[in-house]
Amino acid sequence: MTLLSAPVETVSTGRLQISDLPRLARRHPLVVIGGSLLALMIVLALAAPLYAGDPLNMDPFKRLQPASAEMWFGSDNLGRDVFARTVFGARISLIVGLTSAAGAALGGLLIGVLAGYSRGFDSIAMRVMDGLMSIPTILLAIALISLTGPGVGILIVAISIVQLPSVTRLVRSVVMSVRERPYVEAALCGGARLPKVLWRHILPSTIPALMVQSAIVCADAILTEAGLSFLGVGVPPDIPSWGNMISSSRLYLAIAPLTIFAPGICLAVMVLAVNLLGDGLRDLFDPRSKRRR
Amino acid sequence: MTAYILRRIVSTIAVMVMVGIFVFLLLRLAPGDPAAIIAGKSATAEMIAGIRERLGLNDPMPVQFIRWVGDMLSGDFGTSIFAGRPVLELIAQRLEPTISLSIVTMILSVTVGVSFGILAAWRAGGLVDRILTAFATLGFSVPVFVIGFFLIYLFAISAHWLPVQGYKPIGQGLGPWFVHLILPTLTLSLAYIAFIARIARASMLEVLSEDYMRTAAAKGASSYAMLFHHALKNAGAPILTVIGLSFAGLIGGVVITETVFNIPGVGRLVVDAINNRDYPIIQGVLILVSGLYVLINLAVDLSYTLVDPRIRY
Repeated sequence: MTLLSAPVETVSTGRLQISDLPRLARRHPLVVIGGSLLALMIVLALAAPLYAGDPLNMDPFKRLQPASAEMWFGSDNLGRDVFARTVFGARISLIVGLTSAAGAALGGLLIGVLAGYSRGFDSIAMRVMDGLMSIPTILLAIALISLTGPGVGILIVAISIVQLPSVTRLVRSVVMSVRERPYVEAALCGGARLPKVLWRHILPSTIPALMVQSAIVCADAILTEAGLSFLGVGVPPDIPSWGNMISSSRLYLAIAPLTIFAPGICLAVMVLAVNLLGDGLRDLFDPRSKRRR
Repeated sequence: MTAYILRRIVSTIAVMVMVGIFVFLLLRLAPGDPAAIIAGKSATAEMIAGIRERLGLNDPMPVQFIRWVGDMLSGDFGTSIFAGRPVLELIAQRLEPTISLSIVTMILSVTVGVSFGILAAWRAGGLVDRILTAFATLGFSVPVFVIGFFLIYLFAISAHWLPVQGYKPIGQGLGPWFVHLILPTLTLSLAYIAFIARIARASMLEVLSEDYMRTAAAKGASSYAMLFHHALKNAGAPILTVIGLSFAGLIGGVVITETVFNIPGVGRLVVDAINNRDYPIIQGVLILVSGLYVLINLAVDLSYTLVDPRIRY
């Protein structure tokens, strides 16, 4: 669901200095809240083996136990520790979210810059993007995954492809507006070669918008991964992921609601953190948007 | 005007050709022989050769593509590998629940979302506006299935007010049909209400700051007349665009909601098709859903002139 992919306009922010940071943090609390929440989740996920039990260990005698001192979130239908699974599940969400966002951002940047600069390439690339955008994201991801069967690798590739059009369009629109600016013409007239102009003068101006869009893509990717895993076509069932956990526990909602709500709430908090970060970055780079919203 | 409509239709066809090429290439680009994928792991060489012959996979690609498109235009979307029945027939059987869910969700989201958006814009910065902004951010972040299980737990398991899951065809009475749709529709609507409210608010705010709104206020127009007669009419076009564009997201939500509530719709059909590697069904649904999406957005674009007579092409 690309609900958040509203067009982002940016103005250049000038050079940032360390001494500006406290002032910026006060003025943009969303970046701080979203960023620290996300950082906390990354640390908790990385440090999982230090404090959580084995997420894969099954204990048939302790099936669907309520929360206890031993197992904080109780156990699932196979007697596995829900707390450990929830903590380890964060890893998959983060890996898929961050790498898909990076993949879509890099791919979109490359195609977007080329399309913004070359008319011939533009017309082909944009028709391809129009086509990609016309297939609902979940269906397109499902179709791509169906080629090889579920797996983390194909999942990341599929989500990156699905998210490619929004990034490409954004980068293209920025490049098209920047390339007419006098300083770009000046650089070209001064004898700079096109690749150098693209790298030194055009690429940097796409960064603010790209960062905001990457956050939106990352939130979307985390949701898509969870949705696909919930449908049984995402992460293979032997890897603990929030979507898998919810899917395998759905029959036990009445008996052990924590098996669903623990990963569900973590998922919502993680996506919220990334969305807040994205909203905050948008305000930071484009002060006008704050008044408009 | 006519030139614009024609141009728009041509570009729609171009997009559909693109979608067609994707969906066609999907199976051909898959690692390995498409016939072997279709035949499954336990197939013999003769079986695979038979499938190759039957699907015409020995012909050149462009020939295959044109034949495939021609078949679809004459209503033949292929045959399900698993069920052995025409894809179109299988989809038609699953259409009612999916359409019921989508339409009721859209009606609810648009009425509630636009109302909230107007309310928030009317008293921008006020309590309603703040609550709405918070609700919108939350609405984007909580996944559809988490909302779904939460509502089931609250209203079906704890309170016993509504059925836990399932679907009753509209033919079996309006009452059971509606009762079974309440939770799935609420589940799916929350994100759209948030989304549409946010766009409606922004679009209304823009219009409310126009000079003619001040004039209307100065001439003593009531808040009601200002909001609904003067502002909403002018804020309509962006809201309409968003409703058209959000259809793609709606379909994704429908697929997941159908699984949460065990509704036998098109979404379930696709998910089951993946587990069975039933490519003709996946291809058929992809083409039909994308076609519908493209057509809806064409209709939205063309209807701008009805909403806003100032727009002339």
